[in-house]
Amino acid sequence: MSSFWLHPALVLMVGGLLLPLAPARLKKAWLLLVPVLAFVRVLTLAKGTFGVVRFLEWELVFGRVDALSAIFAYVMSLTCILGTLYGLHVKEDGQHIAAWTYAAGSLGAIFAGDLLTLFGFWELMALASVFLVWFRRRPESLAAGFRYLLVHVAGGVMLLAGIVLHCRGPGGSWAFVSFNVHQPGLAGYLVLGGFLLNAAVPPLHAWLPDAYTEGTFNGSVFLSAFTTKTAVYALCRGFAGLDLLVPLGVIMALYGVVYAVLENDCRRLLAYHIISQVGYMVAGVGLGTQMAVNGACAHAFAHILYKGLLFMGCGAVLHVTGQSKLTELGGLYKRMPWAFVFTLIGGLSISAFPLFSGFVSKSIIVAAAFDKHLLWAVFLLNLASVGTFLHTGLKVPYFIWFGKNNCKPETWNRAAEAPWNMNAAMAITAFLCLFIGCYTPYLYRMLPYPEDFHPYTAYHVSQTFQLLLFTAVGFFLLLKKLAPTPTISLDADWFYRKGGRLVLWLASKPIQLADTCLGELYRLAGLFGLMVSARSVGKFDNRVVDGLVDGLAETISAFGRRLRVIQRGHVQQSLALALAVAAAIIAACVLVF
Amino acid sequence: MRLVRLIEFLRRHLPVVVRVCLVVLALLVVLDAFPALVDKEHAHTKLEHGPGFWALFGFLGCAALIILSKAFGRLGIVRREDYYDE
Repeated sequence: MSSFWLHPALVLMVGGLLLPLAPARLKKAWLLLVPVLAFVRVLTLAKGTFGVVRFLEWELVFGRVDALSAIFAYVMSLTCILGTLYGLHVKEDGQHIAAWTYAAGSLGAIFAGDLLTLFGFWELMALASVFLVWFRRRPESLAAGFRYLLVHVAGGVMLLAGIVLHCRGPGGSWAFVSFNVHQPGLAGYLVLGGFLLNAAVPPLHAWLPDAYTEGTFNGSVFLSAFTTKTAVYALCRGFAGLDLLVPLGVIMALYGVVYAVLENDCRRLLAYHIISQVGYMVAGVGLGTQMAVNGACAHAFAHILYKGLLFMGCGAVLHVTGQSKLTELGGLYKRMPWAFVFTLIGGLSISAFPLFSGFVSKSIIVAAAFDKHLLWAVFLLNLASVGTFLHTGLKVPYFIWFGKNNCKPETWNRAAEAPWNMNAAMAITAFLCLFIGCYTPYLYRMLPYPEDFHPYTAYHVSQTFQLLLFTAVGFFLLLKKLAPTPTISLDADWFYRKGGRLVLWLASKPIQLADTCLGELYRLAGLFGLMVSARSVGKFDNRVVDGLVDGLAETISAFGRRLRVIQRGHVQQSLALALAVAAAIIAACVLVF
Repeated sequence: MRLVRLIEFLRRHLPVVVRVCLVVLALLVVLDAFPALVDKEHAHTKLEHGPGFWALFGFLGCAALIILSKAFGRLGIVRREDYYDE
């Protein structure tokens, strides 16, 4: 066992455990202090391998710090500060503890040097994050949380099976290094399946919009950051260069966009755009070149911040008005102008507008695809960019803050600027989105490989402005078609939501029927037979057994009576007679002889 | 509030704002045609060399996404909100 190495996840977990003990007036200070300490701990980590613990036959590595894990840990712990600040006014300790434990799980998985440690923290994330859904305390949240948990447990089992097969296979080891991407084998594909489920790759994605829509207003900010991006980290580490990931990533990028057209709930729309954006990262990992992996990391970094910002903006609307459906909102710019500005900055960042963060990160992946001459991927990813701006940059801000005012009077009366801490968190995140977009070395210096990419060329800027501004033209021309409707769209979760019903129906109809038939049959045949046989047994008992016993007793009693009679009279007379006869014989013998 | 006043000022002068935007859009396409301003040396395909290619791509892509997604939704994907409630 090596000397003690303070894991940043430990800071969050211990801080969370001590939170209920903090006095009320110091609570907010403690809430800010703990994630800041964890962030500082991440910043001060030296590169190398630490926290090696021997446990039974395994060597667990808790602290592998290199460039790849450092950039992910940096942005995760930074998000933890921003998310906590955003929900600072939440009184319930449990919500903060769940969020911190979730962040700790993510940090633990990122620094894990072996597959068992990775798996442990992977499951911790799933268990802690489900509380961020349940704490919303709606019946729908409870159900969505259970679905989320079941899907993740299934994914975890897949991952564990893959890990065990991988380690017991030829040349396998517990170390978490790159898998053989040319021939992953069954073990490799199982591990990949576990990672892809957490990265929300269709058709393993439906848990994401299902749960993130039902999360608490601040819980969804955490949810939007950790699970999928930890999976992107794991894919970068384990499967960089796996060709399959390029088409999967492109499909994801477009899939999210298509569903976003149909969506009415703004947070569900944002959730679909997580799938779309993670698609870029998955494609980048699949390309596998140093530039592409850099792009995936940079995009994950930028994405965590702007997506957090978007969830904060829509979460503020939800927190203040209690509504997240576009058909229940509209015209809110008079009441919540700052939330509008921050959400717009998030929208422009995700759409990769020049000077915003997405521009400097997404373009690395697209350029890497160009370098590999995958023109189909380039054009489809650009199409996904069109869709991203269409929804997140235009549809969400337009239909919440402008457009037709669909607010009910009570919604409108409740609408006001969010509490100061929520606006502060949004302001800091918005600043970071702009800072990353304007000052590229900040992000590029953290990337795992040296990067001298220059996003701000005249051609690239011209291309982006044309692409996005003419998308806006299309948006305003087709505005009527985009008007929100009070509907939901079916997704892959249909199979297990309706599949669950099928099991229920099977149980309540055919199985219940069979059970009733069996019961009836038993009553008719079984019970009747039993009664007849019971009656016969009763009779047998009455007549034969009782008769036998009674007869025996009577016989013995009669015998006793006879014996008594003999003893009392006749025997004495007989003896007297016998004695008299004997005496006569003896007297005769004496007289004769 | 200053921010609200700014937004309302822009909304009051919507026709002017729209005209300014249209000029900006036209300028974007025009500027794209000057190789001295926008160097297309690094463009990978012949298509991209045409002026305003990405403008056309953006507009058509946007229209196609909206129309095709709506058509996809009509295949039975879009349902009433209480679909799962019964």
